[in-house]
Amino acid sequence: MLEATGLTKHYGKTVAVDDLSFTVAPGRVTGFLGPNGAGKSTTMRMILGLDRPTAGRVLIDGKPYTSLARPLTKVGALLDAKWVHPNRSARAHLRWLAKSNGISYRRVDEVLDVVGLTSVAGKRAGGFSLGMSQRLGIAGALLGDPEVLLFDEPVNGLDPEGILWIRQFLHRLADQGRTVFVSSHLLSEMAQTAQDLIVIGRGRLISQTSTEQFIQDATEDTVKVRSPELDRLRALLGDDARVDDVEGSIVVHGLEPARIGELAASNGITLHELSPQRGSLEEAFMQLTKESVEYHGAE
Amino acid sequence: MTLLAVERIKLFSTRSPWWCMLLALGLTVGITGIIAANWQDSPMPVIGTVFTYTFGLYVIMVMAALAVTTEYRFGTIRSTFQAVPDRVSALVAKAVVVTLLAGLVGEAVGFGSWGLSNLLAKDTSQLALNSANDWRHVAGIGLVYAAGAILAVGVGTLVRQTAGAVSIILVFALVLESVVGLIPKIGDDIQKWMPFTVANKFIYGSPDPGSLPEGAGPPAIGELSPWGSLGYFVGIALAVFVISLVVAKRRDA
Repeated sequence: MLEATGLTKHYGKTVAVDDLSFTVAPGRVTGFLGPNGAGKSTTMRMILGLDRPTAGRVLIDGKPYTSLARPLTKVGALLDAKWVHPNRSARAHLRWLAKSNGISYRRVDEVLDVVGLTSVAGKRAGGFSLGMSQRLGIAGALLGDPEVLLFDEPVNGLDPEGILWIRQFLHRLADQGRTVFVSSHLLSEMAQTAQDLIVIGRGRLISQTSTEQFIQDATEDTVKVRSPELDRLRALLGDDARVDDVEGSIVVHGLEPARIGELAASNGITLHELSPQRGSLEEAFMQLTKESVEYHGAE
Repeated sequence: MTLLAVERIKLFSTRSPWWCMLLALGLTVGITGIIAANWQDSPMPVIGTVFTYTFGLYVIMVMAALAVTTEYRFGTIRSTFQAVPDRVSALVAKAVVVTLLAGLVGEAVGFGSWGLSNLLAKDTSQLALNSANDWRHVAGIGLVYAAGAILAVGVGTLVRQTAGAVSIILVFALVLESVVGLIPKIGDDIQKWMPFTVANKFIYGSPDPGSLPEGAGPPAIGELSPWGSLGYFVGIALAVFVISLVVAKRRDA
């Protein structure tokens, strides 16, 4: 269980994180979603005690990170896959991490195996591809067999195979009852990865809800209608419905397809198409960023 | 002890410390070999075998600064503080490992230079280590290297950039301390309190009477006794290091 209360971070006059409060539950993948620059990485660094909050705090099972005795056995994190000395081998990198928290070298070989890097364990990490670096970073996060795992944009720059691997991997970790907290700026990615979402914009909390609920709230259902008598139909729809013209058809907001069909039938209007449209995730995300901008602009 | 092992793994799992140590040894012992082979007319004194020690000191200080700055350069300092949230312990462990290593290299430089001189000098009648002063000239190098390493770890932690830290150390030691002596009237008084100048006094100061002609050899200036000079140099190194600990503890990693 991860719990942030009133978390705030100022860099000079810039407010990176603004009074952010949220909880992350075990046994689920929780997505941390926001556009670039929303304060996701800063929040992650504050969770790990790397950055000092201007105000507020983060507790991990009731304790701040910096008071954990062997922190890697409680919280594993991958914030940046490039945080490895390029001339150090993957194994040496994991060994010094292991040594610092009293973790056995056997565990180093285990996690190398889990992420599939055993064959290149003796090679210098500077020669690794992004995907391999990412795997090494994940190995480091898993080293202490921690209950809480943080990943900052783990799929950034990965190929589809790598993305799929990470996605399945995160689900496996959550199924084992761990707390998995993963950030991303892509809602489409989060929709497939996370069960819960914490959404922030400009450092502020926008919503904390299940992914399903969030998408339902954020996207809008519309109806696409094609007809040779569009003008007559448009006049019948009334003031409640908003109508957009789209290439010889209209898109109706705020009316059920059944209602439009009934209206058309009772007025003898021929319909060529009457199809419900589901709002896209991208639209939902645009809506979200727009809101966070408006929220800020109103202040 | 665990943290010392961690820092030892980190230091020796990259190549640059090895290169720095080899370079420090090669420069000092090698050039001493040339000096010894060309020492004419008089028996070579013990102090003559360590004229080159400063070359190794700069290289070792670069190594010590790199031990910190590469961590910042590659972001591993965040992994370090993530694994060991008590930053002071982590940095002290690093300083201890680097300092011990610097001390060992310093002893190897001192006794290596002295040993090679024994082999190459024509007249070795004055080269035996007979007095406390003789021992200080040779074995003292390890102490100066160790203190220099503490200073460099402090500078590296404060500056966080390799180029910046190395420039500060080299410009200070090689340029500033000499140039400051050129300031009219007060220049000399400032210079004799500059840290590297004072460290030189510990190695070169108060040789046994008659071992060197008056005015020969590198200058040994300063108000303090040789051991007092070492204390002063160590004091400055520790002060810079402690300041760097306070700063590192307070700022964002």
